[in-house]
Amino acid sequence: MSPEISPVAEKHQGRAPMDLLRFATAGSVDDGKSTLIGRLLLDSKSIFEDQLESVESTSKSKGYDYTDLALLTDGLRSEREQGITIDVAYRYFATPSRKFIIADTPGHIQYTRNMVTGASTADLGLVLVDARQGLTEQSRRHAVLLSLLRVPHLVLAVNKMDLVDWDEAVYERIHAEFTAFATKLNIPDLEVIPISALNGDNVVNRSENTPWYHGPTLMHHLEHVHVASDRDLVDVRFPVQYVVRPKSDAHHDYRGYAGQVAGGILKPGDEVVVLPSGMTSKIAGIDLFDKEIDQAFPPMSVTVRLEDDVDVSRGDMIARINNAPKPSQDIDAMICWMTTEPLKPRQKLAIKHTTRSARALVKDIQYRLDVNTLHRDQDTKELGLNEIGRVQLRTTVPLLCDPYSKNRTTGSFILIDEATGVTVGAGMINQGS
Amino acid sequence: MTHTHADYQLSQLDQLEAESIHIFREVAAEFEKPVLMFSGGKDSIVMMRLAEKAFFPAKIPFPVLQVDTGLDFDEVLATRDNWVNRLGVRMIVASVDDAIARGVIVDDGKTSRNRLQIGTLLNAIEEEGFTAAFGGGRRDEEKARAKERVYSHRDEFGQWDPKMQRPELWSLYNGRIHPGEHMRIFPISNWTELDVWHYIDREGIEIPSIYFAHERQVIKRDGMWLSLSDAVQPKEGETVETKMVRFRTVGDKSQTGCVESEAKTTQEIIDEIAIARVTERGATRGDDRFSEAAMEDRKKEGYF
Repeated sequence: MSPEISPVAEKHQGRAPMDLLRFATAGSVDDGKSTLIGRLLLDSKSIFEDQLESVESTSKSKGYDYTDLALLTDGLRSEREQGITIDVAYRYFATPSRKFIIADTPGHIQYTRNMVTGASTADLGLVLVDARQGLTEQSRRHAVLLSLLRVPHLVLAVNKMDLVDWDEAVYERIHAEFTAFATKLNIPDLEVIPISALNGDNVVNRSENTPWYHGPTLMHHLEHVHVASDRDLVDVRFPVQYVVRPKSDAHHDYRGYAGQVAGGILKPGDEVVVLPSGMTSKIAGIDLFDKEIDQAFPPMSVTVRLEDDVDVSRGDMIARINNAPKPSQDIDAMICWMTTEPLKPRQKLAIKHTTRSARALVKDIQYRLDVNTLHRDQDTKELGLNEIGRVQLRTTVPLLCDPYSKNRTTGSFILIDEATGVTVGAGMINQGS
Repeated sequence: MTHTHADYQLSQLDQLEAESIHIFREVAAEFEKPVLMFSGGKDSIVMMRLAEKAFFPAKIPFPVLQVDTGLDFDEVLATRDNWVNRLGVRMIVASVDDAIARGVIVDDGKTSRNRLQIGTLLNAIEEEGFTAAFGGGRRDEEKARAKERVYSHRDEFGQWDPKMQRPELWSLYNGRIHPGEHMRIFPISNWTELDVWHYIDREGIEIPSIYFAHERQVIKRDGMWLSLSDAVQPKEGETVETKMVRFRTVGDKSQTGCVESEAKTTQEIIDEIAIARVTERGATRGDDRFSEAAMEDRKKEGYF
């Protein structure tokens, strides 16, 4: 295999891509995930000669008669030794219109924890199935996880179509089966694409082998799927991250609240409330470095100044007066447990939600969700590694919460083991908590 | 008033900038003693710019740390000083020569300056009691780095354990450490080499002149063009040539190669990199060529 400079890369010259799409990959071990990622990277000229040479020589020394593109993505010594992907890796490629961040999640053991990690920031989930196998437990499980994580767009790539003679009926059967399954989930946007990752059919270039397929190629879809509208531009949420007080001669009275907009559009003159104190004020100005700007929206990192000298500190949140998150010490959430020692009732943990840290007590574990069948097991009173369940927590201070379905930033939190300092759980807040 | 976005869309560079600034502020708010590792190279200059923006109009609320190999390029040190002076930040220089003289590290005459930086850096972090050290590492640089978290935990020996990494979800970073441990923070993890150059171009910020094409006396060694200097003298059979070159990365003079180039502006560099066939490290870093896992092994020991 020799890397050709693709037309995509040639066009890249001199221009920064317009916007950004983050996607998480999923699929079973032999579904061809590494090959597909290798293909996307290769065809967008994101693999360099020295990387390819290194992969070729390692493939040779391992006695393979092919170039194992998985070696490109398995970055750790122990992964190459075992020939499996252990941890999430992040990959990058760009076309003239978009930059892509791939969260390459392992299909193997520890799948849930790594899938949740990769999908937490993804705009799109890419699930691969082997056309010969059809939907497997693994593909269903990944779709469930992507739906739970509210990844707004999903692509089902039906791979290895060359091995089923490009049979339209095979594609249609998998398409129908998945669509039926997806009705039980929350998947607002689904695209099903027949591909051959190995040969590059319908990956970047349209395949002559699928005259019956009229949808986009994978790359075309990745380039054009509309993600900006997935952000909440209505409900103003500004978690205060850092108070900027220069105390210098030039900026003696400057007092700004720095943070990243989590929702809504902030404008100078807007009446706002600071939570949890409930004090109200007006936005005096919004600064982006040395410029004053006329509006801020997600995911901008800005500094907000208020007209009144109210007490605001890290962990507080600025919102609109009649549209504020509800401060609550009782949290009802779906938790993905990420460590071997199980989560149990009465357990105490540290919790980080937006810019606010507190402690949390596990009051109840309501049920364990079987991510294969969606069955709610109410008999289980603990959550083991990679298990997901509905949990009630009581926190030491009120969190300024939204349901995760409404806002992925103000609706999510992490749980930390106070003794080891390790992140042990990921939480998504439920409606009406 | 500027920056009106009718469609509420941020460009890719603006999104990366917003994410990085968020990370800088998070660390400044939650860690007792952060420090920014600043070499004067392009990535650390972008980091300095992002830190400048994150806390403006206040000064950057932490010092910068430079590990001086003793073999740094003069042009890079000059740019480093300009940035530090303009922003009025405190600079700490941890010198490899000084560390050798004090017996902190041992120079056996065989170990590269780059490797000797590890002990020098770890010692400086320990002596100053830093709890978080910002680095300009990017995941696109190298396959071991592609696996690393934005918050990378280091134990009391400064070691990275790739198998024991904390899951990192949403933009909720976990900065918990025990006494003696520290966190390496990589705010530009998600940037690529091209992003860095687009940003330098957009911001119009000062970078060392050796990134731009210039004439230089070079010799070919191990397939790389090395610049003739006090650290690099021709061996038998090597001939000195004068070539139009530039540097894609800057490290110490004995290890960092240059590439033949005519690119004299940031725009020309962008055009050149967009069609480059070799990674920046593959092209110009001798120290990454020892073994397939050279970077991973150094990182486990505490390298940035």
